[in-house]
Amino acid sequence: MKNNGSKSTSPAACLPKCPTGIRGLDEITGGGLPRGRPTLVCGGAGCGKTLLAAEFLVRGAMQFGEPGVFMSFEETEAELKGNVALLGFDLASLVRRKKILLDHVYIERSEIQETGEYDLEGLFVRLNHAIDAIGAKRVVLDTLEALFAGLPNEAILRAELRRLFRWLKNKGVTAVISAESGREHLTRHGLEEYVSDCVIVLDHRINEQIATRHLRVVKYRGSPHGTNEYPFLIGDDGISVLPITSLGLNHTASSARISTGIKRLDAMLGGQGFFRGSSILLTGTPGTGKTSTAAFFAQAAARRGERALYFAFEESPSQIMRNMRSIGLRLEPWVKRGSLRFHSARPTLYCLEMHLATMYREIETFQPSVVVLDPMTSLLVAGSESETKAMVTRLIDCLKSQQISSLFTSLTHAGNPLHQSEIAISSLMDAWLLLQDIEGNGERNRVLYVLKARGMSHSNQSREFLISHRGIDLVDAYVGPGGVLTGAARAAQSARDKAEALASQQEAARRRRELERKRAALERQIAALRSEYEAEEEELRRLGEQVATRTRVVTAERTELARLRQADAAVASRARYDHKPKDKKR
Amino acid sequence: MKTRTARRRKSDSSGRSAKLWQLRLYVAGQTPKSLTAFGNLKQICENHLKDRYRIEVIDLLEQPHLSKGDQILAIPTLVRKLPPPVRKIIGDLSDTERVLVGLDLRPAE
Repeated sequence: MKNNGSKSTSPAACLPKCPTGIRGLDEITGGGLPRGRPTLVCGGAGCGKTLLAAEFLVRGAMQFGEPGVFMSFEETEAELKGNVALLGFDLASLVRRKKILLDHVYIERSEIQETGEYDLEGLFVRLNHAIDAIGAKRVVLDTLEALFAGLPNEAILRAELRRLFRWLKNKGVTAVISAESGREHLTRHGLEEYVSDCVIVLDHRINEQIATRHLRVVKYRGSPHGTNEYPFLIGDDGISVLPITSLGLNHTASSARISTGIKRLDAMLGGQGFFRGSSILLTGTPGTGKTSTAAFFAQAAARRGERALYFAFEESPSQIMRNMRSIGLRLEPWVKRGSLRFHSARPTLYCLEMHLATMYREIETFQPSVVVLDPMTSLLVAGSESETKAMVTRLIDCLKSQQISSLFTSLTHAGNPLHQSEIAISSLMDAWLLLQDIEGNGERNRVLYVLKARGMSHSNQSREFLISHRGIDLVDAYVGPGGVLTGAARAAQSARDKAEALASQQEAARRRRELERKRAALERQIAALRSEYEAEEEELRRLGEQVATRTRVVTAERTELARLRQADAAVASRARYDHKPKDKKR
Repeated sequence: MKTRTARRRKSDSSGRSAKLWQLRLYVAGQTPKSLTAFGNLKQICENHLKDRYRIEVIDLLEQPHLSKGDQILAIPTLVRKLPPPVRKIIGDLSDTERVLVGLDLRPAE
């Protein structure tokens, strides 16, 4: 609550401001209310006028060392103390320490008889006395309009009011004057006529059964201010006004990585998981395991010795813990150890702003490093789409500025995984995981994709998302000509693949054996041919020998015969001898 | 005790016959209005409550803390402390009829 008070970015240094200390209001007004001047706060019944005024005083006394006077025309001192005690302000102690002076002005018309000229000097004296008694710098008049009911002469009253505001200015106190809103004017009795430096209008509207309070700075003389209507709420620690763009886009980005709690998912995200302080969107159709994934993410943080905060909008903490037990995730020890905290609330319990403020407060007190919102889409019930987006933007701003990693689950409807609202919100997210059902072969299977992951390499493949009693596992989905196959179909396909592989292995072996046989046959053939050849060669050799022998014999016989005949047949015998081997060759 | 007394007195013509009238006039400084009021009051008392009244004038500029006790806003204010119940009359008391009604010295028409 203190950090916002000093966050004035407005250059309006010309006009001295009086910080209210009210979360967000000082941002809108560029530093606070006009110092030393009266401010009019108007609104209908139950808008929080008195509370705003009281907080202005209490914070002034506690945080800025400026004592204040609360002059109440409606509630008694005891009532006031009780009312602000609800917001955790110990008014009684401040009163004892003379930081705040409560003064209840009681007017009862029936007791008053008017008999001529008069003025309100008594009120001036009384206020002056109160201011001087504690050295007050701040004054609240709540609400002056009771005077109109109590005093019959309006002409005198108006003249006196004009004098009162001038007097307050001269006194140099910063005053807050509350007034009921009227039909034609901002206030019922036209007080805005007298208080013209700063006018704030409060409003309480009901939209689709959910009430939201709004605050608007109608007028701020001499200073720029936020002109929008800002939602505000009254929480356990006072009023918080929530400007939509409360923070610039100037948070530092960490390059440290944190695990998702699921090993294969880390692997898909470059092996290390998400960046610390990033915002992650997890969309999925019903029953795809969003909560389980979120629970693993939260548990991973607890395991690292960090704190995780889990906002559940649909299930009670014990139900989540029971359900997670069934997938082998025990969250109770972490809850007991204080490193995991659940915060369950129905989305329709209160308006979005209240949700946001509750989250702010939880985050502030628990100081987690990981925050889970499950499911974010439930919040759409509590507000319109643009309101929800604005709220998530502010939440992400808040988380990022504190380096808190956040996981938002988002429910989509089957067949339409990229719903409008996710598209609107997804641009705020650093990473987007998509869980999807694939239906076929009489079963449903879950598939997970990483749609985007800013600033890191990530897998572009879809993985089958298996939830068993051992937890979450990611399996490569079968991607083949028949499309992506998961579940039993994937198992069947891989069996088929295995059989095919075996068959082709066997085929190869068979062909190898055949070839071997062929080679053996060929070798045998070669051997046979060679032996045949050798046989022929042998025969030929033998034949040659025979011929030689025969020739030798014939020649010997011829020679013998010639010798016997003693004929000159030497020439003839030689000729015949030449002729014969030729025939033989042929 | 006090209330019972008050009721009884109210029944016998609203304490008009009370023994002591204690009146307190709140002023803030010696303004013309204050002086007029005091003059008018004195006159009325002399005429209707002779020897039965006591007037106490409180100047809030001197004793500002007393403004809270009687819930004084308007100046001048006349407070009838006794007899009960407490009554307040604001203004310079120039309208005698209304002062008498206010003080319960004359029933309202």
